[in-house]
Amino acid sequence: MSDTSKTSLLALTPRTKQRNAAEKRFRAYGIAAIAVGLMMLMVLVTNIFSRGTGAFQQTFMTVNVELLESKLDKKGNRDLDDIKKVTTFGYNPLIRDAVVAKVEELGIQTDLKAKDLGGILSRNAVGQLREFVIANPDRIGETIEFRFLAQSRVDGYLKGRVHRASIGNDKSISPEQLDLVDQLVDAGVIVKTFNIDFITGADASDQRPEAAGIGVAMLGSLSMMFVVLGLALPIGVAASIYLEEFAPKNRLTDIIEVNISNLAAVPSIVFGILGLAVFINYLHLPTSAPLVGGLVLTLMTLPTIIISTRAALKAVPPSIRDAALGVGASKMQAVFHHVLPLAAPGILTGTIIGLAQALGETAPLLLIGMVGFIASNAPETLADGLLAPNSAMPAQIYEWAKRADPAFYERAWGGIIILLVFLVSMNTLAVILRRRFERRW
Amino acid sequence: MSFVKLTASALAIAAVSATAATARDQVQVAGSSTVLPYASIVAEAFGENFDFPTPVVESGGSSAGLKRFCEGVGENTIDVANASRAIREKEIKACAEAGVTDIIEVRIGYDGIVFASDIAGNSFEYTPSDWFLALSDQIVVDGKLVANPNKTWADVNAKFPAQDLQAFIPGTKHGTREVFEDKVILAGCEETGAFEALMHANGDDKKAAEKACISLRTDGVSVDIDGDYTETLARIESNKDGIGVFGLAFYENNTDKLQVATMGGIVPSTESISTGEYPVSRPLFFYVKKAHIGVIPGLKDYAEFFVSDEVAGPDGPLSEYGLVADPELVKTQEAVSAEAVMGGNS
Repeated sequence: MSDTSKTSLLALTPRTKQRNAAEKRFRAYGIAAIAVGLMMLMVLVTNIFSRGTGAFQQTFMTVNVELLESKLDKKGNRDLDDIKKVTTFGYNPLIRDAVVAKVEELGIQTDLKAKDLGGILSRNAVGQLREFVIANPDRIGETIEFRFLAQSRVDGYLKGRVHRASIGNDKSISPEQLDLVDQLVDAGVIVKTFNIDFITGADASDQRPEAAGIGVAMLGSLSMMFVVLGLALPIGVAASIYLEEFAPKNRLTDIIEVNISNLAAVPSIVFGILGLAVFINYLHLPTSAPLVGGLVLTLMTLPTIIISTRAALKAVPPSIRDAALGVGASKMQAVFHHVLPLAAPGILTGTIIGLAQALGETAPLLLIGMVGFIASNAPETLADGLLAPNSAMPAQIYEWAKRADPAFYERAWGGIIILLVFLVSMNTLAVILRRRFERRW
Repeated sequence: MSFVKLTASALAIAAVSATAATARDQVQVAGSSTVLPYASIVAEAFGENFDFPTPVVESGGSSAGLKRFCEGVGENTIDVANASRAIREKEIKACAEAGVTDIIEVRIGYDGIVFASDIAGNSFEYTPSDWFLALSDQIVVDGKLVANPNKTWADVNAKFPAQDLQAFIPGTKHGTREVFEDKVILAGCEETGAFEALMHANGDDKKAAEKACISLRTDGVSVDIDGDYTETLARIESNKDGIGVFGLAFYENNTDKLQVATMGGIVPSTESISTGEYPVSRPLFFYVKKAHIGVIPGLKDYAEFFVSDEVAGPDGPLSEYGLVADPELVKTQEAVSAEAVMGGNS
């Protein structure tokens, strides 16, 4: 027998073959599209991580500083006002001497002058030291071990960003200093470790990229999100419940509906201009305050929340409303006891996505003074967090990316990683909420 | 119901915002992105050394900063405007119209403008004429004014390599642009003799001739950069033929990527700028609203701290970063402590 039994009796017409081929082609297009998207994502993520992980590590140097009474408290009576009169410039010699002493103690031979030796450390060291002395005036006269940041070029050298070949014209570092750094690394005095200050600290000026952190900007973002959540959610939900459940369908509500959809598409910078005009110039709210940022972002997030809430309310089948009304519930009872709980997962998802969008927004903040050098200390109270000048995470990243020292560039990428972690976790939360609570009818 | 709770918290926030219109206690600064690094260094040190909060420093360009400065007096306006050029008559007038009459002008030092290109590319030794011939709209060829025909640097000056002309210069909202026009393009215009030709063409109107001198070609050879120097650097990295205009301090932080060109045979450095040998430099300023002194805590202390010897002097952190210290700093210090306003004798 021939093997005809194995072949199907169905003979494909050319038309069917054509259709099957078209389907195959379409699937291939789809897979190709996904592959392209994934590849782009891969490139982006590897790029971000390869550039940004450096920011989470920092180079430190341990030295013993002698807190000379003759420099810090000439009168010797430990009066805090007198001690405060010594500015950070007065602390420079102490730091310099401490590095010189350390180099001598290790028996390292070097031709560098004391100033260049001190130059290995960050300019942040004086601030750190002064803060310590003011907090502990009784310890003046002692010799205390400190761990200071190394300056950004030294840090860059250890991270492979700065090379001996590329520093020919650099004023901030010399090959001799790098020789010394090599020896100090061998001696274990200079170490590169995880840097928690990047995650918790405040911004630093152009001269101290090594000291800059994103922590305070993170609190600024958080305060704004608090405002957005507190205002946009209740307003948005109330507006959509009214529009969806109670409002009569007439020309007026149609106009409102069109406007809300329009508002969702307005570029965010427009809200910034509005914020400047209304909240700062008219209502006299403070500039650079997260409260104003939050209000502006509320305006921006409201349409997103209203649209998603209305969609969620619409998805609740009318039979549920009818059943509630049928057993004698009032319209409001029907909405609040039955419709709203069923729509809640959708509302929450929309809110979280709106918040995530607001979290990554920079443009409106530009106009209300939240983008710039805002090296504030971490706010102590809630009101402080809302009213004291602060930046936001994306604004901080933008600010770092345009500064001269390449060390800031690394921090900008590090900041992007942190921002991405926030965004990914918020979006994941939204997906989980939807998966867990969503009901389909 | 959580909805009720949320409404309550919203009301709480509204209550907080009602009490918000209390006094601002930090100094608010905006303006030139060239002055920004210096101002932020001072602001940081100010926050460390004084009991006042760290001032907030925004950038955006000299013109943008002065515009905000001239919006009026009050806590919702900025206290200090940074500028990489002196305030213009027009701006003083706008200020006065908005009620900002007593302005204290503070010169903090000098800053050089440098021309830099990719480190691996050709090196250049410019004169202002080269830049005029490269970028101007109209140049003189064989005694006649013609639209600029130059395509490569070799066309501009025979000693240069045949590298395509491509310049990234600061946009018009930057104070640096004005200095670039005055000290490079206009100087080149006069050197090459085009100025006389343009005077002639404009009926001996000096202003019109100057304006014609500094009008740059629009065929894509000269690109205005409205962002910061990092954008200029990024443009040069993607187009290796490009020559960018930078501040000295920016170049000094990126010596691994950029090489600097000489101007009139002088290498730009803080030394050659302070002696005046390097021609393209300009003073940097900040402007203080006198009406805000005593209202905004720490404003005067900030201004005095900025120009103190420890900060703006030749050994201070600003000069370490690239600012050329002002030899007349003592006068400035006296003027600041006396709160001497512009155009007044007080």
